[in-house]
Amino acid sequence: MVNLIVNGTKVQAEEGYTILEVARFYGIDIPTLCYHDELTPYGACRLCIVEVDDGKRTRLVASCLYPVEEGIKVKTNTERVIQGRKMVLELLLARCPNSKTLQDLASRMGLEKVRFKTENENCILCGLCVRMCAEQMRSGAIGFVGRGKKREVVTPFRMASEICRNCGACMYICPAVELQCRGVKSPGELCNSCLVFTPQCLEKYGQVMCTLDSCGACVEKEEK
Amino acid sequence: MKKIRTLQGLRALQNSLLQKKNFNKPCVRVCLGTGCRARGSVDVLKSFDDEIKKQNLKIKVGIKRTGCHGFCERGPVIVIGSKEIFYQRVKPRDVPEIVSKTLLNGEVVDRLLYVDPATGQKVLYEYEVPFYKKQRRRILANNGRIDPTDILDYIAVGGYQALAKAITTMSCEEIIDTVEKSGLRGLGGGGFPTGRKWRLCRKAPGDIKFVIGNGDEGDPGAFSDRSLMEANPHSILEGMIIGAYAIGANQGYLYVRAEYPLALKHLQIAIDQAREYGFLGNNILSSGFNFDIKINRGGGAFVCGESSALVSSIEGKVGEPRAKYIHTTERGLWNKPTNLNNVKTWASVPLIINNGADWYAKIGTEKSKGTAIFSLVGKVNNTGLVEVPMGTQLKAIIYDIGGGILGGRRFKAIQTGGPSGGCIPEELLDLPVDFERLTETGSMMGSGGMIVMDEDTCMVDVARYFLDFLRYESCGKCVPCREGIKRMLEIVTDITAGRGKEDDLELLQELAEMVKDFSLCGLGKTAPNTVLSTLRYFRDEYEAHVTDKTCPAGICKDLIEYLILGDKCTGCGACLKLCPQQAIQGEPKKLHVIDSAKCIRCGICRDVCPYEAITFK
Repeated sequence: MVNLIVNGTKVQAEEGYTILEVARFYGIDIPTLCYHDELTPYGACRLCIVEVDDGKRTRLVASCLYPVEEGIKVKTNTERVIQGRKMVLELLLARCPNSKTLQDLASRMGLEKVRFKTENENCILCGLCVRMCAEQMRSGAIGFVGRGKKREVVTPFRMASEICRNCGACMYICPAVELQCRGVKSPGELCNSCLVFTPQCLEKYGQVMCTLDSCGACVEKEEK
Repeated sequence: MKKIRTLQGLRALQNSLLQKKNFNKPCVRVCLGTGCRARGSVDVLKSFDDEIKKQNLKIKVGIKRTGCHGFCERGPVIVIGSKEIFYQRVKPRDVPEIVSKTLLNGEVVDRLLYVDPATGQKVLYEYEVPFYKKQRRRILANNGRIDPTDILDYIAVGGYQALAKAITTMSCEEIIDTVEKSGLRGLGGGGFPTGRKWRLCRKAPGDIKFVIGNGDEGDPGAFSDRSLMEANPHSILEGMIIGAYAIGANQGYLYVRAEYPLALKHLQIAIDQAREYGFLGNNILSSGFNFDIKINRGGGAFVCGESSALVSSIEGKVGEPRAKYIHTTERGLWNKPTNLNNVKTWASVPLIINNGADWYAKIGTEKSKGTAIFSLVGKVNNTGLVEVPMGTQLKAIIYDIGGGILGGRRFKAIQTGGPSGGCIPEELLDLPVDFERLTETGSMMGSGGMIVMDEDTCMVDVARYFLDFLRYESCGKCVPCREGIKRMLEIVTDITAGRGKEDDLELLQELAEMVKDFSLCGLGKTAPNTVLSTLRYFRDEYEAHVTDKTCPAGICKDLIEYLILGDKCTGCGACLKLCPQQAIQGEPKKLHVIDSAKCIRCGICRDVCPYEAITFK
């Protein structure tokens, strides 16, 4: 077992686990977008950044990738971390202003305003669909092309893929293209309307097999 | 048949080569580096060949095709004989005269000599040219002396002696100890202690290990790796073989950009020759040690110079970085322990083994030992390749070696370390250059690019230029780098176009600091350096753009207006004729006027005016 300190609490973890896994095990919340329990960690969204002090220096590391080490001190929400996360989210929201996942995260993290010019993209390039397709579906029908501002997820040569089985796993796992947030009225605005509203479909209505993240749409209908 | 099996065999070969060499036979060393080639050195070489054939002088004079001499500004350069008479800007038509006068009679062709602009004196010998005189060439020492395509040339100057010494007389631990003691640090810009890296890799569990030479120099304005690979490829190979022996690797890779065709060609020739002589392959120097090197060509992505992206690229995957919380020395290429060093670092190894760690550590600063290589470019008189001891002042590099600013203008800033480096202002010119000091100023060593900027440079525009480069070169994997660079560019472009708002500078600073902290790899972590350093040292220029809507340097086209000064204009009409917009009006010998509405601020009028009558506001 590895001994470490997370937010001032002494905790133990098994070797090989990442900081994110350990923190979540102990009930400490670290926001993520490109992370999924069943997929290889990717470290691209940078929301899960935490501060790690290994006795020699303090570093900002991606908790989804950093393996726990003996004696490290982890702080998951220092000011530097929170400010940075907010800025990352602000950048993503400027790219995809109508994504509900992003709007919800913004509400939770208390982001006030988007100061950049807004675009109208849907994809946040988190790579979950690419990894899902390759690792869980064993298909590899989609991948990234281009670099920098030209990066996007497509099938090879943008043609209908022969190996795609239309399983829909990519859509299932996508954090951005689920329900669109309709609360945003003008560019740069943050919705904030479903701030405290996180109904649990599956707990309430066990028979509803909602494949999406809990959105609340069905709950309202049933209650009426 | 040619394979060399022992240290004695190598020495015997070197001696026989030296004996064969006729010291009285004058030899012309023609620079065939990329810079001189671009200025026509291939034609000069051909003229020499023709002339020698014509006069039937093959026994009397020799010609050597060398790599880059470094003084690219004065190319094509040639150096003659053991006295090292230095001719610059040689044209094919000068060749017959050089052959008849200098080669055969020892007379000097006066007009081809380099004139020192500071004193107006003609300089006869290469080592007396100020550009070379103030340098301390170690890694580049043999650059202009040997034919890079001939292994015997390298052996004659003592090549592969270090390898033979290391393999036959030193243990692996001793080699690593020596390198560690020398204080050699990663010359690709990272500055990680090389000896420590080797030790980590040697100790890493696993029987298959790899070494990699990084020659993927993608920075605009940097050419030190290229020159070394073109001019002295064997020194890199020798270093890699020694390193592989010490670490316990049997396979090496050289990752070189496909845009460096000459470097690739010379490296391949060098590898083939090294195999032929038994320095690569099985049972090297009868030690039982097997090692071979393969060249991998980079496809042109800047990010592939980053070690983890480079490793992915060699594996055949997309060249994207990964987090290096588990070091490459533990899990690198194909998840095996891998030691990656820049080609300059590898080329330093033979020097350390031959001369000892103390010799290497004798020059340099407390924490950075040895020499540093810079590609000096921009608004400076002598552009070229510069090797100086660590800790040399920036001032000395720019003024003593670089010969000062072009056209006698005022110095404004120097950008070190490529597009991700920072701009250092005039008040810091006393700075001794080493890894730590450059980082303290907000810049970095990087690949050794040094871009000198004069007073006519707009620093906001410089930041915009480099952000634009990085926007396309960011791999796009992580959000801060991909989105952050895009947004920084957006803000800076707005500022240069006169659309800047008061709170833009604050937002820019905040964003740049976040990108630096939160990015995944070195590219993102250093990308905001230009923005941060210009904001730190040239904030007044940003403020002038934002609040006064003016560009003090007169570069940002949306913020300036050209004017003709009444007291200087003679009405010559030079500007009027060339204006593409017909925006200038005026009668001959009378004051001309620019119509601002028509003017597109191309600046042609300002360039052609012989009386400097055109200014901007």
